[in-house]
Amino acid sequence: MKQKIINILADLRPEFDFNEDVNFIEDGMLDSFDIISLVSDLDSTFGISIDGVDILPENFSSIAAIENLLKKNGVK
Amino acid sequence: MDFVFKNKRISGILTILPKKTVKFEDEMANYSFSPAKCMKLKLAMGYKEHRIAEPGQCSSDFCKFGLQYMFDNNLIKKEDIDALLFVSQSADYYMPPTSNIIQGHFGLKHDCLCLDINQGCAGFEIGLIQSFMLLEQPAINKVVLMNADVLSPKVSDQDRNSKPLIGDAASITIVEKSNDDTTIYANIKMDGTGAFALNIPAGGFRMPSTAETAIMEQDAVGNFRSKNNLVMQGDDVFNFVQREVPPMIEHLLKQADVDKDWADWYMFHQPNKFMLHKLADKLGVPHEKMPANIVENFGNASGVTVPTCISYNLGDVIVNGSSKLCLAGFGVGLTWSSVLVEMSHLMFNQIVEF
Repeated sequence: MKQKIINILADLRPEFDFNEDVNFIEDGMLDSFDIISLVSDLDSTFGISIDGVDILPENFSSIAAIENLLKKNGVK
Repeated sequence: MDFVFKNKRISGILTILPKKTVKFEDEMANYSFSPAKCMKLKLAMGYKEHRIAEPGQCSSDFCKFGLQYMFDNNLIKKEDIDALLFVSQSADYYMPPTSNIIQGHFGLKHDCLCLDINQGCAGFEIGLIQSFMLLEQPAINKVVLMNADVLSPKVSDQDRNSKPLIGDAASITIVEKSNDDTTIYANIKMDGTGAFALNIPAGGFRMPSTAETAIMEQDAVGNFRSKNNLVMQGDDVFNFVQREVPPMIEHLLKQADVDKDWADWYMFHQPNKFMLHKLADKLGVPHEKMPANIVENFGNASGVTVPTCISYNLGDVIVNGSSKLCLAGFGVGLTWSSVLVEMSHLMFNQIVEF
Protein backbone atom coordinates (compact mmCIF):
# COMPACT_ATOMS: atom_id res chain seq x y z
CA MET A 1 0.00 0.00 0.00
CA LYS A 2 2.76 2.42 0.98
CA GLN A 3 4.60 2.14 -2.32
CA LYS A 4 1.41 2.65 -4.31
CA ILE A 5 0.70 5.83 -2.32
CA ILE A 6 4.24 7.11 -2.92
CA ASN A 7 3.93 6.39 -6.63
CA ILE A 8 0.65 8.31 -6.85
CA LEU A 9 2.12 11.28 -4.94
CA ALA A 10 5.25 11.28 -7.09
CA ASP A 11 3.13 11.33 -10.21
CA LEU A 12 1.02 14.16 -8.82
CA ARG A 13 3.87 16.40 -7.66
CA PRO A 14 7.12 15.02 -9.17
CA GLU A 15 9.14 17.97 -7.88
CA PHE A 16 8.89 16.74 -4.27
CA ASP A 17 10.32 13.75 -2.38
CA PHE A 18 7.42 12.20 -0.51
CA ASN A 19 9.73 9.75 1.29
CA GLU A 20 10.89 12.59 3.51
CA ASP A 21 9.56 12.82 7.04
CA VAL A 22 7.71 16.13 6.55
CA ASN A 23 4.17 17.46 6.76
CA PHE A 24 2.90 17.50 3.16
CA ILE A 25 0.33 20.20 3.89
CA GLU A 26 2.30 22.55 6.17
CA ASP A 27 5.35 22.28 3.90
CA GLY A 28 3.29 23.26 0.85
CA MET A 29 3.75 20.00 -1.05
CA LEU A 30 0.00 19.48 -1.51
CA ASP A 31 -2.64 22.17 -1.97
CA SER A 32 -6.39 21.65 -1.70
CA PHE A 33 -6.74 20.80 -5.37
CA ASP A 34 -3.85 18.31 -5.13
CA ILE A 35 -5.88 16.59 -2.41
CA ILE A 36 -8.85 16.26 -4.75
CA SER A 37 -6.63 14.79 -7.47
CA LEU A 38 -5.05 12.49 -4.90
CA VAL A 39 -8.46 11.29 -3.70
CA SER A 40 -9.53 10.56 -7.27
CA ASP A 41 -6.34 8.57 -7.87
CA LEU A 42 -6.57 6.69 -4.57
CA ASP A 43 -10.23 5.86 -5.24
CA SER A 44 -9.46 4.38 -8.65
CA THR A 45 -6.23 2.62 -7.59
CA PHE A 46 -7.71 0.92 -4.53
CA GLY A 47 -11.29 0.50 -5.84
CA ILE A 48 -12.88 2.53 -3.06
CA SER A 49 -14.67 5.83 -2.56
CA ILE A 50 -13.06 7.77 0.27
CA ASP A 51 -15.80 9.24 2.43
CA GLY A 52 -16.30 12.94 1.67
CA VAL A 53 -16.23 13.83 5.38
CA ASP A 54 -12.70 12.42 5.56
CA ILE A 55 -11.33 14.73 2.87
CA LEU A 56 -9.57 16.96 5.37
CA PRO A 57 -5.98 18.24 5.07
CA GLU A 58 -4.80 16.39 8.18
CA ASN A 59 -5.66 13.06 6.56
CA PHE A 60 -3.19 13.78 3.75
CA SER A 61 -0.31 15.25 5.77
CA SER A 62 1.94 12.15 5.66
CA ILE A 63 2.19 8.66 4.21
CA ALA A 64 1.07 7.25 7.56
CA ALA A 65 -1.99 9.52 7.62
CA ILE A 66 -2.97 8.45 4.11
CA GLU A 67 -2.47 4.78 5.03
CA ASN A 68 -4.76 5.23 8.04
CA LEU A 69 -7.36 6.91 5.86
CA LEU A 70 -7.29 4.07 3.35
CA LYS A 71 -7.59 1.46 6.12
CA LYS A 72 -10.57 3.37 7.51
CA ASN A 73 -12.15 3.23 4.06
CA GLY A 74 -11.74 -0.51 3.72
CA VAL A 75 -8.30 -1.03 2.17
CA LYS A 76 -6.40 -3.92 3.78
CA MET B 1 -37.26 22.06 9.80
CA ASP B 2 -39.61 19.63 8.08
CA PHE B 3 -42.51 20.46 5.76
CA VAL B 4 -45.36 18.40 4.32
CA PHE B 5 -47.61 19.60 1.53
CA LYS B 6 -50.67 18.11 -0.16
CA ASN B 7 -52.68 19.10 -3.22
CA LYS B 8 -49.89 21.05 -4.87
CA ARG B 9 -48.08 20.44 -8.12
CA ILE B 10 -45.31 21.76 -10.31
CA SER B 11 -46.93 22.23 -13.69
CA GLY B 12 -44.17 23.69 -15.84
CA ILE B 13 -40.47 24.55 -15.89
CA LEU B 14 -38.78 26.89 -18.34
CA THR B 15 -35.00 27.35 -18.14
CA ILE B 16 -33.50 30.42 -19.79
CA LEU B 17 -29.79 30.29 -20.66
CA PRO B 18 -27.52 32.98 -22.12
CA LYS B 19 -26.46 32.31 -25.70
CA LYS B 20 -22.82 33.10 -24.95
CA THR B 21 -20.70 30.01 -24.24
CA VAL B 22 -17.18 30.28 -22.80
CA LYS B 23 -14.91 27.24 -22.81
CA PHE B 24 -12.65 26.31 -19.89
CA GLU B 25 -9.59 26.35 -22.14
CA ASP B 26 -10.29 29.93 -23.16
CA GLU B 27 -9.89 31.13 -19.58
CA MET B 28 -7.30 28.85 -18.00
CA ALA B 29 -4.34 31.11 -18.87
CA ASN B 30 -5.74 33.48 -16.22
CA TYR B 31 -5.26 30.93 -13.45
CA SER B 32 -2.09 30.41 -11.42
CA PHE B 33 -1.95 26.69 -12.29
CA SER B 34 0.24 25.23 -15.01
CA PRO B 35 -1.64 24.16 -18.17
CA ALA B 36 -1.23 20.50 -17.14
CA LYS B 37 -2.69 21.14 -13.70
CA CYS B 38 -5.52 23.19 -15.21
CA MET B 39 -6.47 20.20 -17.35
CA LYS B 40 -6.47 17.99 -14.24
CA LEU B 41 -8.75 20.54 -12.59
CA LYS B 42 -11.06 20.40 -15.61
CA LEU B 43 -11.17 16.62 -15.56
CA ALA B 44 -11.69 16.20 -11.80
CA MET B 45 -14.32 18.92 -11.46
CA GLY B 46 -16.12 18.32 -14.73
CA TYR B 47 -15.58 21.82 -16.13
CA LYS B 48 -16.09 22.08 -19.88
CA GLU B 49 -17.92 25.29 -20.70
CA HIS B 50 -20.26 27.75 -19.08
CA ARG B 51 -22.93 30.21 -20.12
CA ILE B 52 -22.22 33.86 -19.42
CA ALA B 53 -24.56 36.84 -19.76
CA GLU B 54 -23.60 39.71 -22.04
CA PRO B 55 -22.53 42.96 -20.35
CA GLY B 56 -25.62 44.83 -19.21
CA GLN B 57 -27.89 41.79 -19.05
CA CYS B 58 -29.43 41.44 -15.58
CA SER B 59 -31.21 38.55 -13.90
CA SER B 60 -34.56 40.27 -14.42
CA ASP B 61 -33.94 40.46 -18.20
CA PHE B 62 -33.78 36.66 -18.36
CA CYS B 63 -36.99 36.43 -16.33
CA LYS B 64 -38.77 38.95 -18.55
CA PHE B 65 -37.68 37.07 -21.66
CA GLY B 66 -38.91 33.79 -20.19
CA LEU B 67 -42.25 35.20 -19.06
CA GLN B 68 -42.83 36.84 -22.45
CA TYR B 69 -42.06 33.49 -24.09
CA MET B 70 -44.62 31.83 -21.82
CA PHE B 71 -47.30 34.45 -22.58
CA ASP B 72 -46.61 34.26 -26.32
CA ASN B 73 -46.89 30.46 -26.27
CA ASN B 74 -50.00 30.37 -24.07
CA LEU B 75 -48.16 28.53 -21.31
CA ILE B 76 -49.68 30.84 -18.69
CA LYS B 77 -52.16 33.71 -18.64
CA LYS B 78 -51.26 37.01 -16.99
CA GLU B 79 -54.49 37.13 -15.02
CA ASP B 80 -53.82 33.71 -13.47
CA ILE B 81 -50.63 34.82 -11.67
CA ASP B 82 -51.45 35.29 -7.99
CA ALA B 83 -47.87 35.46 -6.72
CA LEU B 84 -44.56 36.34 -8.36
CA LEU B 85 -41.45 35.15 -6.51
CA PHE B 86 -37.95 36.27 -7.50
CA VAL B 87 -35.21 34.22 -5.83
CA SER B 88 -31.80 35.69 -6.55
CA GLN B 89 -28.57 37.19 -5.23
CA SER B 90 -28.37 39.64 -8.13
CA ALA B 91 -31.31 42.00 -7.80
CA ASP B 92 -31.55 44.96 -10.16
CA TYR B 93 -31.54 47.51 -7.31
CA TYR B 94 -31.40 47.77 -3.52
CA MET B 95 -34.91 49.11 -3.94
CA PRO B 96 -37.50 48.51 -5.34
CA PRO B 97 -37.91 44.73 -5.30
CA THR B 98 -37.12 43.18 -8.67
CA SER B 99 -40.36 41.15 -8.55
CA ASN B 100 -42.32 44.44 -8.46
CA ILE B 101 -40.38 45.71 -11.47
CA ILE B 102 -41.27 42.56 -13.41
CA GLN B 103 -44.90 42.79 -12.31
CA GLY B 104 -45.04 46.39 -13.53
CA HIS B 105 -43.27 45.55 -16.79
CA PHE B 106 -46.02 43.10 -17.72
CA GLY B 107 -48.89 45.05 -16.16
CA LEU B 108 -49.93 42.14 -13.96
CA LYS B 109 -52.96 42.53 -11.71
CA HIS B 110 -52.65 44.39 -8.38
CA ASP B 111 -53.87 41.30 -6.51
CA CYS B 112 -50.50 39.68 -7.09
CA LEU B 113 -48.07 39.12 -4.24
CA CYS B 114 -44.55 40.12 -5.33
CA LEU B 115 -41.73 38.79 -3.20
CA ASP B 116 -37.94 38.93 -3.54
CA ILE B 117 -35.99 36.26 -1.69
CA ASN B 118 -32.23 36.58 -1.30
CA GLN B 119 -31.07 32.97 -1.61
CA GLY B 120 -28.57 31.17 -3.77
CA CYS B 121 -27.65 27.54 -4.17
CA ALA B 122 -30.70 26.27 -2.27
CA GLY B 123 -32.91 28.88 -3.90
CA PHE B 124 -35.02 26.48 -5.95
CA GLU B 125 -35.98 24.37 -2.94
CA ILE B 126 -36.55 27.48 -0.78
CA GLY B 127 -38.67 28.98 -3.56
CA LEU B 128 -40.72 25.81 -3.95
CA ILE B 129 -41.37 25.59 -0.22
CA GLN B 130 -42.41 29.26 -0.14
CA SER B 131 -44.68 28.68 -3.13
CA PHE B 132 -46.32 25.66 -1.51
CA MET B 133 -46.93 27.68 1.66
CA LEU B 134 -48.51 30.54 -0.31
CA LEU B 135 -50.80 28.07 -2.04
CA GLU B 136 -52.31 27.21 1.34
CA GLN B 137 -54.12 30.57 1.04
CA PRO B 138 -57.55 30.58 -0.62
CA ALA B 139 -56.63 33.67 -2.67
CA ILE B 140 -53.57 32.07 -4.26
CA ASN B 141 -54.04 29.38 -6.89
CA LYS B 142 -50.98 29.82 -9.06
CA VAL B 143 -47.45 30.95 -8.19
CA VAL B 144 -44.75 31.93 -10.67
CA LEU B 145 -41.39 31.07 -9.13
CA MET B 146 -38.46 32.81 -10.80
CA ASN B 147 -34.94 31.70 -9.92
CA ALA B 148 -32.30 33.86 -11.55
CA ASP B 149 -28.70 34.84 -11.09
CA VAL B 150 -26.20 36.78 -13.14
CA LEU B 151 -23.18 36.69 -10.87
CA SER B 152 -20.41 36.28 -13.45
CA PRO B 153 -19.59 40.03 -13.35
CA LYS B 154 -18.83 39.61 -9.64
CA VAL B 155 -16.28 36.82 -10.13
CA SER B 156 -12.62 37.63 -10.75
CA ASP B 157 -11.19 36.27 -14.01
CA GLN B 158 -8.13 35.20 -12.00
CA ASP B 159 -10.03 33.16 -9.41
CA ARG B 160 -9.77 29.47 -10.28
CA ASN B 161 -11.92 28.58 -7.25
CA SER B 162 -14.97 30.25 -8.75
CA LYS B 163 -14.47 31.43 -12.32
CA PRO B 164 -14.47 28.05 -14.11
CA LEU B 165 -17.77 27.05 -12.57
CA ILE B 166 -19.83 30.25 -12.51
CA GLY B 167 -22.79 30.36 -14.84
CA ASP B 168 -25.63 32.80 -15.46
CA ALA B 169 -29.21 31.63 -16.00
CA ALA B 170 -32.85 31.87 -14.96
CA SER B 171 -35.72 29.49 -14.58
CA ILE B 172 -39.45 30.00 -14.27
CA THR B 173 -41.47 27.34 -12.50
CA ILE B 174 -45.26 27.26 -12.30
CA VAL B 175 -46.52 25.94 -8.98
CA GLU B 176 -50.23 25.54 -8.43
CA LYS B 177 -53.02 23.91 -6.50
CA SER B 178 -54.00 20.43 -7.59
CA ASN B 179 -56.49 17.68 -6.92
CA ASP B 180 -53.58 15.27 -6.95
CA ASP B 181 -53.46 13.46 -3.61
CA THR B 182 -49.71 12.80 -3.58
CA THR B 183 -47.66 14.24 -0.74
CA ILE B 184 -44.62 16.48 -1.11
CA TYR B 185 -41.99 16.30 1.63
CA ALA B 186 -39.36 18.96 2.21
CA ASN B 187 -36.92 20.35 4.71
CA ILE B 188 -34.70 23.39 5.24
CA LYS B 189 -31.69 23.86 7.45
CA MET B 190 -29.60 26.99 7.98
CA ASP B 191 -26.38 27.89 9.79
CA GLY B 192 -25.51 31.57 9.78
CA THR B 193 -22.25 30.94 11.64
CA GLY B 194 -20.93 29.92 8.21
CA ALA B 195 -22.40 32.92 6.43
CA PHE B 196 -19.08 34.14 5.06
CA ALA B 197 -17.98 30.86 3.51
CA LEU B 198 -19.51 32.32 0.33
CA ASN B 199 -19.74 36.09 0.13
CA ILE B 200 -19.15 39.31 -1.76
CA PRO B 201 -17.44 41.52 0.83
CA ALA B 202 -18.07 44.96 -0.70
CA GLY B 203 -21.02 46.60 -2.37
CA GLY B 204 -23.60 46.54 0.41
CA PHE B 205 -24.20 49.07 3.18
CA ARG B 206 -21.64 47.40 5.49
CA MET B 207 -18.77 47.97 3.04
CA PRO B 208 -19.75 50.21 0.12
CA SER B 209 -17.81 49.78 -3.13
CA THR B 210 -14.97 52.28 -3.42
CA ALA B 211 -11.76 52.61 -5.38
CA GLU B 212 -10.07 50.85 -2.47
CA THR B 213 -12.39 47.82 -2.54
CA ALA B 214 -11.63 47.43 -6.27
CA ILE B 215 -7.91 46.81 -5.66
CA MET B 216 -6.93 43.29 -6.70
CA GLU B 217 -5.19 41.23 -4.02
CA GLN B 218 -3.56 37.80 -4.14
CA ASP B 219 -4.78 35.11 -1.75
CA ALA B 220 -2.69 32.36 -0.15
CA VAL B 221 -3.04 29.98 -3.10
CA GLY B 222 -2.43 32.42 -5.95
CA ASN B 223 -5.92 33.65 -6.86
CA PHE B 224 -6.42 37.36 -7.47
CA ARG B 225 -9.64 39.07 -6.50
CA SER B 226 -10.87 42.36 -5.03
CA LYS B 227 -13.35 42.94 -2.24
CA ASN B 228 -15.96 43.62 -4.93
CA ASN B 229 -15.60 40.02 -6.09
CA LEU B 230 -17.30 36.86 -4.94
CA VAL B 231 -15.11 34.79 -2.64
CA MET B 232 -15.68 31.13 -1.84
CA GLN B 233 -13.89 29.29 0.94
CA GLY B 234 -13.85 26.12 -1.13
CA ASP B 235 -12.58 23.75 1.56
CA ASP B 236 -15.15 24.96 4.09
CA VAL B 237 -18.00 24.66 1.59
CA PHE B 238 -16.91 21.19 0.51
CA ASN B 239 -16.70 19.95 4.09
CA PHE B 240 -20.06 21.49 4.97
CA VAL B 241 -21.75 19.79 2.02
CA GLN B 242 -20.23 16.38 2.72
CA ARG B 243 -21.09 16.62 6.41
CA GLU B 244 -24.64 17.98 6.21
CA VAL B 245 -26.26 16.93 2.94
CA PRO B 246 -26.26 13.10 3.26
CA PRO B 247 -27.99 13.12 6.69
CA MET B 248 -30.50 15.66 5.36
CA ILE B 249 -31.43 13.33 2.50
CA GLU B 250 -31.58 10.30 4.80
CA HIS B 251 -33.91 12.26 7.08
CA LEU B 252 -36.13 13.34 4.17
CA LEU B 253 -36.52 9.77 2.93
CA LYS B 254 -37.27 8.59 6.45
CA GLN B 255 -39.85 11.35 6.86
CA ALA B 256 -41.58 10.15 3.69
CA ASP B 257 -41.16 6.52 4.77
CA VAL B 258 -39.49 5.52 1.49
CA ASP B 259 -36.08 4.11 0.65
CA LYS B 260 -33.46 5.42 -1.77
CA ASP B 261 -34.89 3.44 -4.67
CA TRP B 262 -38.13 5.43 -4.51
CA ALA B 263 -36.50 8.34 -6.33
CA ASP B 264 -35.88 7.88 -10.05
CA TRP B 265 -33.57 10.87 -10.01
CA TYR B 266 -31.49 12.79 -7.52
CA MET B 267 -31.42 16.27 -9.00
CA PHE B 268 -28.88 18.12 -6.87
CA HIS B 269 -27.28 21.54 -7.02
CA GLN B 270 -24.25 21.50 -9.33
CA PRO B 271 -21.04 22.82 -7.74
CA ASN B 272 -18.72 20.30 -9.42
CA LYS B 273 -18.61 16.67 -10.53
CA PHE B 274 -16.22 15.57 -7.77
CA MET B 275 -18.49 16.82 -5.00
CA LEU B 276 -21.60 15.27 -6.57
CA HIS B 277 -19.94 11.88 -7.03
CA LYS B 278 -18.83 11.92 -3.40
CA LEU B 279 -22.40 12.69 -2.32
CA ALA B 280 -23.78 9.92 -4.51
CA ASP B 281 -21.26 7.42 -3.12
CA LYS B 282 -22.03 8.40 0.45
CA LEU B 283 -25.77 8.04 -0.16
CA GLY B 284 -25.39 4.80 -2.08
CA VAL B 285 -27.00 6.31 -5.16
CA PRO B 286 -25.68 5.32 -8.62
CA HIS B 287 -23.88 8.20 -10.34
CA GLU B 288 -26.24 7.94 -13.31
CA LYS B 289 -29.20 8.77 -11.07
CA MET B 290 -27.49 11.98 -9.91
CA PRO B 291 -26.60 13.92 -13.07
CA ALA B 292 -23.47 16.08 -12.85
CA ASN B 293 -23.69 17.49 -16.36
CA ILE B 294 -25.04 20.97 -15.67
CA VAL B 295 -21.89 22.53 -14.24
CA GLU B 296 -20.03 20.78 -17.07
CA ASN B 297 -22.12 22.19 -19.90
CA PHE B 298 -23.69 25.38 -18.55
CA GLY B 299 -21.96 26.32 -15.28
CA ASN B 300 -23.27 26.78 -11.78
CA ALA B 301 -26.01 29.42 -11.74
CA SER B 302 -26.83 29.12 -8.03
CA GLY B 303 -30.51 28.30 -7.50
CA VAL B 304 -31.08 27.73 -11.22
CA THR B 305 -28.97 24.57 -11.42
CA VAL B 306 -31.66 22.18 -10.18
CA PRO B 307 -34.41 23.33 -12.61
CA THR B 308 -31.78 23.35 -15.38
CA CYS B 309 -30.88 19.79 -14.41
CA ILE B 310 -34.55 18.80 -14.65
CA SER B 311 -35.11 20.56 -17.98
CA TYR B 312 -31.89 19.29 -19.56
CA ASN B 313 -31.98 15.69 -18.36
CA LEU B 314 -35.70 14.94 -18.33
CA GLY B 315 -37.27 17.22 -20.94
CA ASP B 316 -40.43 15.59 -22.26
CA VAL B 317 -40.07 12.57 -19.95
CA ILE B 318 -42.10 14.42 -17.30
CA VAL B 319 -44.33 16.07 -19.89
CA ASN B 320 -45.46 12.76 -21.38
CA GLY B 321 -45.12 10.78 -18.15
CA SER B 322 -43.88 11.12 -14.60
CA SER B 323 -40.73 10.79 -12.48
CA LYS B 324 -40.08 10.73 -8.77
CA LEU B 325 -37.45 13.27 -7.82
CA CYS B 326 -35.28 14.03 -4.84
CA LEU B 327 -34.12 17.66 -5.13
CA ALA B 328 -31.37 19.21 -3.03
CA GLY B 329 -29.67 22.58 -2.86
CA PHE B 330 -26.81 23.64 -0.58
CA GLY B 331 -24.54 26.62 -0.26
CA VAL B 332 -24.65 30.31 0.56
CA GLY B 333 -26.12 31.12 3.93
CA LEU B 334 -25.16 28.48 4.84
CA THR B 335 -28.42 26.94 3.69
CA TRP B 336 -29.29 23.39 2.75
CA SER B 337 -32.69 22.14 1.69
CA SER B 338 -34.31 19.19 -0.03
CA VAL B 339 -37.65 18.27 -1.58
CA LEU B 340 -39.17 14.91 -2.44
CA VAL B 341 -41.72 15.30 -5.20
CA GLU B 342 -43.28 13.40 -8.07
CA MET B 343 -43.44 15.45 -11.25
CA SER B 344 -46.12 14.25 -13.60
CA HIS B 345 -47.40 15.47 -16.96
CA LEU B 346 -46.01 18.97 -16.84
CA MET B 347 -47.37 21.39 -19.43
CA PHE B 348 -43.81 22.20 -20.44
CA ASN B 349 -40.23 21.47 -19.38
CA GLN B 350 -37.73 23.00 -21.71
CA ILE B 351 -34.70 25.24 -22.25
CA VAL B 352 -34.67 28.43 -24.29
CA GLU B 353 -31.80 30.78 -25.02
CA PHE B 354 -31.76 34.56 -24.52
